Amino acid sequence: MRNILLICKKELKSYFASPIAYLLMAFFGLIFGFGFFTATRDFVRFSFQSQMMGQQQPMNVNDQIIRPLLGFASTIALFLVPMISMRLIAEEKRTGTIELLLTSPIRDIEIILGKWLGAVVLFLCVLGMSMLDVAMLFAWGKPDLKPVLIAYLGLILQGACLLAIGTFISTTTRNQIVAGGVTFFVCLLLWLLSWFTAFDSGPASQVVNYISIVTHFENFSKGVLDSKDVVFYLSMIFFSLFITSRAMESVRWRS
Amino acid sequence: MIKVEGLTKRYARTVAVDDISFEVEKGQIVGFLGPNGAGKTTTMRVLTCFLPPTAGKATICGFDVLENPQEVKKRIGYLPETPPLYPEMEVIEYLTFVGQIKGIPSADIKRRADEVIGRCALGDVRSKLIGKLSKGFRQRVGIAQAIIHNPDVLILDEPTSGLDPKQIIEIRELLKALSGEHTIILSTHILSEVEQSCERVIIISQGKLVAQDSVANLTNRLRGSEAVSLEVESADGHPNPTEVQGRLEQVSGVSRVMMKDSKGGRLSFEVESLQGRHIRAELARSVVNSGWNLSELRAVGLSLEDIFLQLTTVETKEDTKEEGGQR
Repeated sequence: MRNILLICKKELKSYFASPIAYLLMAFFGLIFGFGFFTATRDFVRFSFQSQMMGQQQPMNVNDQIIRPLLGFASTIALFLVPMISMRLIAEEKRTGTIELLLTSPIRDIEIILGKWLGAVVLFLCVLGMSMLDVAMLFAWGKPDLKPVLIAYLGLILQGACLLAIGTFISTTTRNQIVAGGVTFFVCLLLWLLSWFTAFDSGPASQVVNYISIVTHFENFSKGVLDSKDVVFYLSMIFFSLFITSRAMESVRWRS
Repeated sequence: MIKVEGLTKRYARTVAVDDISFEVEKGQIVGFLGPNGAGKTTTMRVLTCFLPPTAGKATICGFDVLENPQEVKKRIGYLPETPPLYPEMEVIEYLTFVGQIKGIPSADIKRRADEVIGRCALGDVRSKLIGKLSKGFRQRVGIAQAIIHNPDVLILDEPTSGLDPKQIIEIRELLKALSGEHTIILSTHILSEVEQSCERVIIISQGKLVAQDSVANLTNRLRGSEAVSLEVESADGHPNPTEVQGRLEQVSGVSRVMMKDSKGGRLSFEVESLQGRHIRAELARSVVNSGWNLSELRAVGLSLEDIFLQLTTVETKEDTKEEGGQR
């Protein structure tokens, strides 16, 4: 455990020593802020209109602002993940520092878990930028807290899951750009999978639909905490980190 | 301390290390010598548990690298060919991190880090970013990293490559100072380095072990053979090089003939004898009897450099006349 935290701390240090962490936070903060601004403006306009028309339509901050916004955030996460995960192990392989880690008395799995955890913490920091905007809604409105928390849990699980896949891809190459590119492609594919099956309900498309990471997020964004979705994400994380450790072993056998 | 038996490492297509066996005693400095691509780095990587061997056994302090890697890793310090440094870290920060992952108890880390900083003369750059350091300093940080947990065995892959002569001397001094308490294996392709800082040499070439002995023994043993430089002129001014070479090779006691130069009807050769044979008189007679003029004949000593070449170059001649356990 001590070793995992050590590696995690080292990863975070190097993220924050380079501009990448700040860039991602700024980039995400800006885009999310833009989405927040548009959604809130439309909401306010709409509520004025309905008041002037004299007819009280049910307005809900949760459904009309937070939910679409966090869905938007889950899409942006697909772009963030490759940028966070690409350097994890590819960089160590390129500079040769992997030799230091692999010849130190720590286990491979501790290295992998530490690195993945570091990436997840950075992802949380980036995601944290969105809380600034959401906090404003809580300051001036009365949204329901529980569905917001569940949606955030979904975002975190989805991010952690994609980061685990990214960690695996980063282990297979010494080129960061390749790692980033492939991870992005895989993220995109997992996202698009849900589109292919939108108007079809055969058994094949049900399977494809199940694999698509994004469909599992939908329940979370509705504020529904379904154990089957949590299990899906956790098992994906476990599986990805497991094959990462196998890939790490092959680094030893082949390099 | 280090025991290697029948170690073999095969990659997909090539055999990098082929059936190597050697032993290193506690407190020794051993030089691992060989041309580039001979398998030095691979052997070291096996010893440090970075690569698993294909066949054979390697134990360090009694622990097998395959069965007990964690115990082995605790007892070795390793400096790879390129020092494994994180450019975004400060020197002290980096050494602390390495100390932590090497398993030094947190209470001792600061003391150990300060100690290696003193030892490797890193005091001035203590809180500089590693990425901003010069090559010499980086190499020293690399060594500091290898010794921070006070390992029994130090494995250094070309510790002086790319350094200027002053830095090389400094590193050599440092290694000497370290040798008392640590067992050190260092690889290099620079011979003077081995002559100056190692007690024993292990020479490998193309994955095979070709010699292992103390430096003094190896030089003495091989200096028993004689090297002669001679210049031959023919009467008509156009000697036939292959003919002369062939004739010289036939002289008894000759192990190798190398043509050095041919200028204006003069051919110069370097001839090496088998061990303990004197060939100068015989060579002179042979040249003169063939009707050529012998314009120069002079003995040259065999340096460690020549020995190294002799041991590591592939013999092209079918009948290897060499003997005396060199191969």
